[in-house]
Amino acid sequence: MKVTVRVWRQKNPQSLGGFVEYEVKDVSPATSFLEMLDVLNEQLIKQSKEPVHFDSDCREGICGMCSCMINGEAHGPENKVTTCQTYMRSFKDGDVITVEPFRAKAFPLVKDLVVDRSAFDRIIQAGGFISVTAGSAPEANTVPLSKYHSDLAMDAAACIGCGACVAACKNASANLFVAAKVAHLNLLPQGAPEKDPRVLAMVEAMTKEGFGACSVSGSCEAVCPKGIVTSFISRMNHDFLTAALKLRVHSARV
Amino acid sequence: MKLNANIPSGPLVEKWTRHKHEVRLVSPANKRKYDIIVVGTGLAGASAAASLAELGYNVKSFCVQDSPRRAHSVAAQGGINAAKNYRNDGDNVYRLFYDTLKGGDFRAREANVYRLAEVSVNVIDQAVAQGVPFAREYSGYLATRSFGGAQVSRTFYARGQTGQQLLLGAYQALSHQISLGTVKMFPRQEMLELIIVNGHAKGIVVRDLISGKISSVMADAVVLASGGYTNVFCLCTSGGASNVTAAWRAHRKGALFANPCFTQIHPTCIPVSGDYQSKLTLMSESLRNDGRVWVPKNAKDKRPPQDIPDGERDYYLERIYPTYGNLVPRDIASRAAKRVCDEGRGVGVTGLGVYLDFRDAIARFGEKVVKERYGNLFEMYREITAEDAYKTPMRIYPAIHYAMGGLWVDYNLMSNLPGLFVVGEANFADHGANRLGASALMQGLSDGYFILPYTIGDYLARNGVKRPSADAAEAKQAEQETAQRLNKLLSIHGKRTPVEFHKQLGKILWENCGMARQEAGLKTAIQQIAALRDEFWQNVIVPGSHQDLNMALERAGRVADFLELGELICLDALTRAESCGCHFRTEFQTPEGECLRNDADYAYVAAWEFGGVGKPSQLHKEPLVYEEAHMAQRSYK
Repeated sequence: MKVTVRVWRQKNPQSLGGFVEYEVKDVSPATSFLEMLDVLNEQLIKQSKEPVHFDSDCREGICGMCSCMINGEAHGPENKVTTCQTYMRSFKDGDVITVEPFRAKAFPLVKDLVVDRSAFDRIIQAGGFISVTAGSAPEANTVPLSKYHSDLAMDAAACIGCGACVAACKNASANLFVAAKVAHLNLLPQGAPEKDPRVLAMVEAMTKEGFGACSVSGSCEAVCPKGIVTSFISRMNHDFLTAALKLRVHSARV
Repeated sequence: MKLNANIPSGPLVEKWTRHKHEVRLVSPANKRKYDIIVVGTGLAGASAAASLAELGYNVKSFCVQDSPRRAHSVAAQGGINAAKNYRNDGDNVYRLFYDTLKGGDFRAREANVYRLAEVSVNVIDQAVAQGVPFAREYSGYLATRSFGGAQVSRTFYARGQTGQQLLLGAYQALSHQISLGTVKMFPRQEMLELIIVNGHAKGIVVRDLISGKISSVMADAVVLASGGYTNVFCLCTSGGASNVTAAWRAHRKGALFANPCFTQIHPTCIPVSGDYQSKLTLMSESLRNDGRVWVPKNAKDKRPPQDIPDGERDYYLERIYPTYGNLVPRDIASRAAKRVCDEGRGVGVTGLGVYLDFRDAIARFGEKVVKERYGNLFEMYREITAEDAYKTPMRIYPAIHYAMGGLWVDYNLMSNLPGLFVVGEANFADHGANRLGASALMQGLSDGYFILPYTIGDYLARNGVKRPSADAAEAKQAEQETAQRLNKLLSIHGKRTPVEFHKQLGKILWENCGMARQEAGLKTAIQQIAALRDEFWQNVIVPGSHQDLNMALERAGRVADFLELGELICLDALTRAESCGCHFRTEFQTPEGECLRNDADYAYVAAWEFGGVGKPSQLHKEPLVYEEAHMAQRSYK
């Protein structure tokens, strides 16, 4: 099949960007979307032109490095897959495909389709961990944990930190990302001691990074490649409210 | 050069305990005076950086990805081994030790493997405390499953995302330390040179991949946790950014490279489907718990798999290896698949594939249970192939997956260059000629959480704070060499892209140094790779500049190093005139087609010293002396 890709090209944050159209011929439907871009880049390099820069690493949908809005949708047209697991069989011969970077104030553009998602790392640094040091852990089976809670924590922990939820949200909110980590750790007995400070610190960090408020539209869940559900956001709001109230009561006592 | 593995004295079971007692310590107040560089943030790198920082050292951590959470450990699927014996099925430290040593076809260092089995139990404790959501039974206790090469159930797992969950545990521990200021994190930075001062590793040259800025970072010790080198084959299960550059630059500066030809072929990958393909995708070995591997008995049988009755199917693993059945180690399963395909009985359009069938498991447990166990893997298979593995068997074929070889290290995980430590897949020590499934995660985390923190202290205590400034002549020279190399790559203006060279190199290696190797083919490959390397330096095309994000330049630099490594892999395979584990020389096989080892002549670690590009490397041998185990003929029948 033959497709035309309209790609956002921008040398750096300072320069002006714009769409450039390229034709890619002889694409097999079994080719992945990024492999199609690889083919395009090989053509460009051969012409001594700079290839289209995009992030990608594992190419099996787990590292969270690939991004892109494909025809306006984060990670493209298919449900619950990343861009690297989007295949050309999802498009038709002759299609014009528009490819843009993830757009959000908190994800500044680096080059072409590459954006800076380090805001996510800083949110995790604010509290997305259990502060146990190596060597101090008790025997693993000391604390049993119901299969239900363990499975639920795993559902939340499946987040790959790709940022599609932010890109799809009209407020560029990071609520789904933050809620997934808060739920993963707060659901576990091991995470309980730091439950309150964790949710307060992570929500504060999210706001500081410039992510917007929840749009309550559910668009994050719709594009999440790992099927993280918005009920985790409700859970986070519950944990946040509880923690904030406790903090007020505590401060009043002091 | 005399190689000293520094294996502690005393009985095998007491070595590590004794050693921990004997190593020197750095006092808590003095630890903050030391700077340590850690390159790579996978399981080994992130766990090492976090643990060293927890102890009080100043850590500088580097990765090429945009976030430390994306290192390729994230893609490990099936599980992590530990000798917990929760199933009461006869497991213990000694059995895990012996299974690992035997799985590696007796080409690993005995003392290292025993220590690995010993600390494996602590890794599970640590991960659970960090909040890794391992699978659990309804009782609330941890679940396990079986993996290849073992007759006990000792593999802990988190659905098909065990690597991701363990990496997030280590990444979160690292993030905690970053928030405390004990680790300074440098993402999107690539190590391009090692800096040696007075014979000790004292720093690295890095390139900021966004700005292109080249700078030197100095420290009291350097830890390489830069992963394996299987991307030298171009088509493999590694991530696109996985490369050998950090390790190879150290090798060029004098660090010995051990057993480079020990590269693992994983039996259950999705078969190649076309020339455009950028990577091969693994289907977890855990699938062999319930999936049955077969091909048609008759080579001409082209019926759809569900129409072929049981009597006309050859469940060849169950037939040849009745004791282990579908759970034989990876090297054995891979070669068996190759054999049936060579006989013309392979399936799929290319004939390079075998079936992995869940029909019987679905009949026995129901689709719901199978979905619970492997749902995400079936989903992944559907995304890639557009086939439903609940209805028709998966098609799988072996692919390059893991590097057992790597930089030579002693018992302390220090290379022959003082101050240069190597952990995780980047070193060579624990897996011999073949790694068992679910042992890579175990090794990476053992090295990082529980071994390096002890052994690096001994080096630092003995050598004191001796950190040269980044203006040192050695640093400036290394920076200059790096810049020259980048400028050279940009100035060739040839006709072929870095990817084209990479693909051609991969093809040469796969054909001559893949699942089966023989003398003539290896000799040809060495010549072909040398010629390809010459052509590369005259005919590669890299657009853009080095003062900017330039992914073509990054790729070119990595391919240039692969072109040197590829030759060493073939030389090592040629020199090792025996078959062992994944290294199968067709000249040396039993009548049944299994590996024929030669312990009299080859029971050693081949540690290669760099001799210059295109010049012969020098072989140093570390004899493998076993105090406890006996080098037996491996049998899984």
